[in-house]
Amino acid sequence: MSRGSAAKVVTGNDLRAGDVVYLAASGAWVRALHEAELIEDVAIADLRLLEAMARGGEVVGVYLADVRRGPNGPEPVHFREAFRARGPSNYRHGKQEAAHV
Amino acid sequence: MYDYTDFDEAFVRTRVAQFRGQVARRLDGSLSEDEFRPLRLMNGVYLQLHAYMLRVAIPYGTLSARQMRALADIADRWDRGYGHFTTRQNIQFNWPKLVDIPDILGALADVGMHAIQTSGNTIRNVTADHFAGAAADEIEDPRPVAELIRQWSTDHPEFQFLPRKFKIAITGSPSDRAVTRAHDIGLRMLRQGGAPGFEVLVGGGLGRTPILGQVIRPFLPKADLLPYLEAIVAAYNLAGRRDNKYKARLKITVFESGLKAFGEAVEAEFARTRAAFSGVDQQLLAEIEAAFARPALPARDANAYHAARAADAAFRAFAAQNVAAHRVAGYGIVTVSLKAHGETPGDATSAQMRVLADLAETFSAGELRISHEQNVILPHVALADLPALHRALAAAGLATANAGLLSDIIACPGMDYCALATARSIPVAQEIATHFKALELEEEIGQIKIKISGCINACGHHHVGHIGILGLDRAGVENYQITLGGDAAERAAIGDKTGPGFAYDEIVPAIERILRAYLAVRLGRDESFIETFRRLGAAPFKAALYHEGARDAA
Repeated sequence: MSRGSAAKVVTGNDLRAGDVVYLAASGAWVRALHEAELIEDVAIADLRLLEAMARGGEVVGVYLADVRRGPNGPEPVHFREAFRARGPSNYRHGKQEAAHV
Repeated sequence: MYDYTDFDEAFVRTRVAQFRGQVARRLDGSLSEDEFRPLRLMNGVYLQLHAYMLRVAIPYGTLSARQMRALADIADRWDRGYGHFTTRQNIQFNWPKLVDIPDILGALADVGMHAIQTSGNTIRNVTADHFAGAAADEIEDPRPVAELIRQWSTDHPEFQFLPRKFKIAITGSPSDRAVTRAHDIGLRMLRQGGAPGFEVLVGGGLGRTPILGQVIRPFLPKADLLPYLEAIVAAYNLAGRRDNKYKARLKITVFESGLKAFGEAVEAEFARTRAAFSGVDQQLLAEIEAAFARPALPARDANAYHAARAADAAFRAFAAQNVAAHRVAGYGIVTVSLKAHGETPGDATSAQMRVLADLAETFSAGELRISHEQNVILPHVALADLPALHRALAAAGLATANAGLLSDIIACPGMDYCALATARSIPVAQEIATHFKALELEEEIGQIKIKISGCINACGHHHVGHIGILGLDRAGVENYQITLGGDAAERAAIGDKTGPGFAYDEIVPAIERILRAYLAVRLGRDESFIETFRRLGAAPFKAALYHEGARDAA
């Protein structure tokens, strides 16, 4: 994983459905990476992560993922996060299907 | 085929009810994820990149038509209309919702299937030769013994918390189609003085430390099998390392203590276990063997087959490539390739599953097999029926005549699905297949095994591919390492790394350089890639890989 990026988002998987979710500034879990809260302060990122980990009835496996600031919101740095944000490359399943991209 | 007894039925139903309760308690907050994770893993439920994944066992690779239809129904009702057949004779559903999984397990129980011990540090699904019960070279059908092992190992109270997962493979033929030397225990049937028994191998495995299994018993009488297996697993359960996950497999125990010392520990246990077995296992085995009675295969006239071979080039190619010798004259074993060029290796749509179920009933005594090479086998097809079968397969997009050829690639799900993966596998397999099809070189290259894993855990068996490809993450970029000279069959071998890896967009050209070098140096079309490799070693292939690459870059 890239260590060069300071910006983070909180991400995990929805407990019931299993799909990838991100933490928005409102505290809601959102399905699109660009809607996530981009956190540049390390201390705040750690705090948000702790808060998210306490929401084990909603999400599974939360962690901080590296992102960069893009024109429409956070963008993935590592290709693993790019796949999580989009879906698999062999079928248009997952998020790419819902977004009709 | 084996049908569940009342005991099996009640056991599986109880587990479904238990899991339904566990899911409910997870959702209402009574169980934390840390508490729930081992419970879901015991029932084959993983959390992957995009979703949960349910891994369902297909014991010894055998499916009835009814079971195949149930898998299709599950795919449609609760998943995305397809399933992925794996190198361990399992099927994986990639998109189930946790809340639906108890219902899916109930639907599996309806047809005598389950997901028990498809994960966790237990004895996993027992795999077998996918030609079992049909192969011309078979001593005995290994599946009754595999079923006995399944019953013995399922919920075995002593073996639910082993140091690490434990895999057993079995073959009843001298030809090794079950990769027995890459398992914790490999069993190869032999005869000694007319009586069947097993050569027992231990300590094989791929993953981050690939090691081939070694013979711990050159000949074990068949009746001693369960007490002997129990002795091996008991010795491992005591000696296996629990301090380091990466050194916890039996292969490391055998490697560190030496085969001799481990063998002595097994023999000490065996004295105990053998005395403790009352013979009830042999009564059970006799009942199971009766359930595996061979289907009646009446003599058939093969004129239609010979006529079609003479008249139809596509049929001729299919018959030559995808049909293996059957023990009964006038019959063949048909490999239905799940490797159509450009498709995902091992995937079948629900529609294809239903077609295969229908065809199994019409043409193959109702039986199907799933191979570790991620194909479907119709084991008992009369040659006279092959032209009609071929037409039906072609209509369903299932007649690709590439079994054993370059595009018959094993590929793990890789980073398109798997949470452990370090790089993608599926698109590399797709591009190799379509690239060589476009070059029209596949038939010229002939028999070759290409195997791709998306991380060092080696689910794609890359170490034992004639050409192995391992996808890694190098500083945040996908990078593919090549190994050459591996072999999964009787002459099992671990391939050697060629050198530095290749970027995602360089890997297909790199494979092409290796294969063009092969075409240039082979003695003729009769010398396969692996035979040429054994004769010449890696040098000509490395030269083609790196020197020519350097010139291109210059």
